[in-house]
This record gives sequence, structure tokens and C-alpha cells, in this order.
Amino acid sequence: MKIHEYQGKEILREFGVPTPRGEACFSVDEAVAAATKLGGKVWVVKAQIHAGGRGKGGGVKVAKSLDEVRQFAGQILGMHLITHQTGPEGQVVRRLLIEEGAQIAKELYVGMVVDRVSQRVALLASSEGGMEIEEVAKHNPEKIHTVRIDPVTGLEAAEASRVARAIGVPDAANAEAVQILQGLYRAFVEKDAMLAEINPLVITADNHAIALDAKFNFDSNALYRRPEIVAMRDLDEEDPAEIEASKFDLAYIQLDGNIGCLVNGAGLAMATMDIIKLYGGSPANFLDVGGGANKEKVTEAFKLMLKNPNLKAILVNIFGGIMKCDVIAEGVVAAAREVSLKVPLVVRLEGTNVELGKKILAESGLPIISGNDMADAAQKVVAAAGGQK
Amino acid sequence: MSILINKDTKVITQGMTGKVGQFHTFHCKSYANGANCFVAGVNPKKAGEDFEGIPVYASVLDAKKATGATVSVIYVPPSGAAAAIDEAVEADLDLVICITEGIPVHDMVKTRYKMQGKKTILIGPNCPGLITPDEIKIGIMPGHIHKKGRIGVVSRSGTLTYEAVGQLSALGMGQSSCVGIGGDPINGLKHIDVMRMFNDDPETDAVIMVGEIGGSDEEECARWIKANMKKPVVGFIAGVTAPPGKRMGHAGAIISGGQGGANEKLAVMEECGIHITRNPAEMGRMMQKILKG
Repeated sequence: MKIHEYQGKEILREFGVPTPRGEACFSVDEAVAAATKLGGKVWVVKAQIHAGGRGKGGGVKVAKSLDEVRQFAGQILGMHLITHQTGPEGQVVRRLLIEEGAQIAKELYVGMVVDRVSQRVALLASSEGGMEIEEVAKHNPEKIHTVRIDPVTGLEAAEASRVARAIGVPDAANAEAVQILQGLYRAFVEKDAMLAEINPLVITADNHAIALDAKFNFDSNALYRRPEIVAMRDLDEEDPAEIEASKFDLAYIQLDGNIGCLVNGAGLAMATMDIIKLYGGSPANFLDVGGGANKEKVTEAFKLMLKNPNLKAILVNIFGGIMKCDVIAEGVVAAAREVSLKVPLVVRLEGTNVELGKKILAESGLPIISGNDMADAAQKVVAAAGGQK
Repeated sequence: MSILINKDTKVITQGMTGKVGQFHTFHCKSYANGANCFVAGVNPKKAGEDFEGIPVYASVLDAKKATGATVSVIYVPPSGAAAAIDEAVEADLDLVICITEGIPVHDMVKTRYKMQGKKTILIGPNCPGLITPDEIKIGIMPGHIHKKGRIGVVSRSGTLTYEAVGQLSALGMGQSSCVGIGGDPINGLKHIDVMRMFNDDPETDAVIMVGEIGGSDEEECARWIKANMKKPVVGFIAGVTAPPGKRMGHAGAIISGGQGGANEKLAVMEECGIHITRNPAEMGRMMQKILKG
């Protein structure tokens, strides 16, 4: 689960990480009021959307007067901010962060991830602030310093200090940088984050270290014990179809093709998308109904897929193990009736009671196309969706 | 022979008395020699009771002492599952198989840290378990699709493993053992570890390796195969069509920071001499073709 920059900074402050003073705003008037309250002569007006690359897309502006704050806030609020992470349609800006300006002498990068290889939290730090870490990794991997952190001792001060020096934090700001790194690590672990980035970590002209940005992504498996993080969720930033799916415990991801897929199990669901593509079609979605697909779940899954205006055909691919094929077939038939299915439906069933399942589909009177195996079903659904593209 | 488990393995079930645990314990006990294999359950509140004739003990250690069991399987809900693994590790079991999906990743980081230097092997979490056909099934896979034989299967996915097994069985190729290593980013045995075991197993002739997007375990295994593997390997990677940055059902199935893409994995695997197929319906036939030479 992602959150906004201003929320990320609230968390960082809770863990002793210095950030610029600032306030979240939902209107132009609020923005001007916030700037007035902050005082000073320079303010930064920052679009709050979950995607990165906001600056390049025109979503971050430096204002040198309250009039400019008003002007920029008016321009940014409501704009469709397009960045490399939003897709071509962009993301509507509904919230702003108004912050005091900072005198930047140096921009650095610090981030944390859960490293799969070492099975530990890893700190990544680099002198190349403001750039995406993936780009640095590609072109200047020697500039990334990695520390795999012992979960019992945590990030020790000596280690943090060494990293700070390695990425070019001046000695005068070293103690603050150590505080930032240790605070970031504690926030990362105590809030169940999967990814955290301060990019850039800034060294100011008067040698202070501050977090100028904050990005967090949290482990959805741990949200049950983090109500304070759940409270930060912004549904406007999420795909409505994916929100709807999560209510029914379905894993759904919309794609840009026209063949809907309903599958049990994540691996088989991906493989089903792959085989559609292999036979010249294009999947409209990833959809894993999980192990306990009943009539209700299948019906909701159909409704979700049918909301997609590009949908031309549906492929149901179920390997019924513990889950019996006749039960699933009944679910599919009932769901197809309930939603008055108009697009061609190809069903491939395998596993326990498969013959009974096929019989139920055949005798339903519905125009269901039966697939004998995965390849057969994929070819049939590609043909039903209008053939190869 | 087989890897990791056989008809003589004695198993403790942690979380046996819950709804999921009861359901799968019943099916495991009914499969092949299961009635002799599933010897104990654990629930501190229900010690002294039984389920389907399987006695319940207060702790893993009690269950181990009373029955001599060396393996456990875990169906405990996510919030308590990492602690259940810890308990099995502290009891010095040989093998613990965690079926539970949805364990917080930081819990697994701590659990894996505590496992360092211990003898216990972990499979999972978020996995279907493992099976040695006609001997023992530990986990949630449908037993009847399997057939005893000489092909090893290792996979990160549940139903996609069944797909591979179903294809093999339909073509008359049985399996020595099938191991689901799970779809979480922080887990126990990886492809490479299971591949080593299949390589050393005299009754495994060839292996199907099923991977998916996310991480670099398949690449690591492929490089090991190139240097060490004496048996043919067929490989498939799910998620060629998966968009980057999206978690595809499994917590570990995500292309992040430009890493973990399916095409990159397939390229490394091919380079390392693995017989890759891009068609998930062709895993069995590919194996058949290779074995016929």
C-alpha cells in the first residue's frame, strides 16, 4: 500500500527524521493560508499523487511570493499530472503539500528494501540524489552503497556514519545523517514497510541534513496490525476495479487487452495470460479467484471483468484440485446467467470431477465453449475475441 | 527413493484443529500411507484431545517427544504462523512446511534470522507443500493427479504445479517428488536447493522447474545447473505478460526496479542449458521429447 509524500514525512518526523516544515492542502485558499502560516519568502508547491517523477511533469513549483503560491496551487490542483509512472492519461491532483523552501547544497539518495537474497532489510545509499536508483544501478552501480542490516542489532550508528561519509555527507552534518538513517530503518521495520526512499536527502547550505521527499510502500500482509497506516490510504489514487476486487478477496489487475481471464492460483493466472499472448491474443486482466472459488466469487469476478469496455471474450481456466470441477461449473453457469453474459465464454476445467463439470456446462443451455486443455482453450478464446491482432 | 519425505516420515500438524487444518489433514491422512504418517497435532488449548484419531499435544516439543515425528506442516493463520515456524525450529525438527499465505514479510525476516545455524529446513511459506506420490502427501495439493515415477517437480506456484503434474501424469510420466517452494519473497528452500536434492536422488531422472516473475532465484538456480546438474531440466516462467511494479497475486511475484522479469529469467535459463518452453501447456510434452532423446 502506498501513501503520499506528506504522510511519509509525518511518519519520518515521528522517528526523529528532520523534514522541511509543511502542510497538506486540498484547496488554493488552504495553500495560501498554509504558506502565510509557514512564513518565510520561498515556498514549494508540491502535487501529492502516488506516482513518482512529479517534478518533471510540472507538479512541483517553487513560489517566491504568496501570489505565486496562489497561482501555482491553482495550476496544479485538478491538473492531470502525467509522469513516467502514471501512464498516458495521468493522475488527477487532489492534494498539495506546501513547504518552506530549502537552500540545497547537495542532493543524496537513501532507501530501504527487503532484500530477497540476503533475507534482510537492506539500506541503499548513493551520492546521486534526485535520480532514480534504478538508473544509478544501471549506469553507475559503484556509486550505490548497500548495507544488509542485522535484525537483532538494527542499523548501528558506526555503520550509518560510515555510509553517510561514503555518499558525501560533510562531517558537520554526519550526526544528523546518522539520525536520519537510523530513524528511517526504525520506521521501515516498525511500520512494516516493503520500500522506503528519501530521494533526495538534502544537505543544506548551512550543513544540515533533511529529508526533502519521502516515499513508502507498505506490506499489505501486515496492514491488519497497522491501522494508522490503513488510515492513510487514499482510494482516489488506486484503480477502482482493483479496490472493488479486494472487497471480494480477488486479486485483480487490469491490463490493456480484450480477453478477460478468470483463474485459480496466481501462477496459473499469469501462465494463462502468457498463453493467450502466445496464441496472438491480448489479456484484459490478471484475476486470481484463489483456492475457494464459489458462485459468489465467480459472479463478482465476472462483473468486474465486464466493467472493462474493451472486453471481447472471457477465458475461465480452473485446475480444480481440492476444489471440485462440478462445483465450479455450477458457479460459472449461475454467474453467467446472473450477469446475462453477452461475450463469448471459453471454459477449461481440469481436476476432480471434471466430467461432471463439463456435463453441467454442456447442459446449461448457455453458449459456453469448452476447452480441452490450456492450449486448446487459449486458441479458442483468441478466435472468439476476433482472432490474432 | 524420493527427496525430503517418504512413506516412513512422521508428521506433526500445527494448526490441525482449525477449519483449514482439519480439511487438509483429513485428505493427507487418507492419501497413501498417510494414516501412519500423520501422528500428531498441536494446540496448547486442546492438548489431550484428538482429531480423526490423531492426538493433539500442547507443543511441538511435546508432540515430537511422544511420537518421534521429525517433520511438521503449518496451517496456522498469518499472524501466528512465523511463531509456529520458530517453535518447530526450536524443537529441532528436520523439516517444516508452512502452507500459510499472508505472513508479514518482516516476521519472516526475523524467523529466517533465527533459523541461521539450526538444522531445520523450511519449505514455504505460501506454498502447496510437497508430495512423494503413492507414499505421502504433506500439503494442499490434490493427491489423485500424481503418479509414482522418476520426474522431479519444483515450483513457486500451486495450481501451476498441478498443471505440470497433470501433464506429466497424462503422458505416463510419474513423479519422484513434487515440491512447492512458495510465492513469498522471503522463504525457505529455493529452486537451487531442491535442484541439488533432485540431482543427488538416484530415482529422479529429470526435473521440471516452474518459476515466475520477481527476484532472481531462478537465475541463480540456472547458473548452478549449468555447472553441476547431471540430469535434464525443463523450465517455464510465468508472467511474460505481467506489467512491472504490480504484485501479481503472490507477494513475491513483482517486477521491481527493472529486475525479475520473465524474459530475462528465460534468457538466463536457456543460456544455462535448461530446456525452456514459453508455452505452459507444453511442459509435459517437452519433457517427453527430451527423455525420448
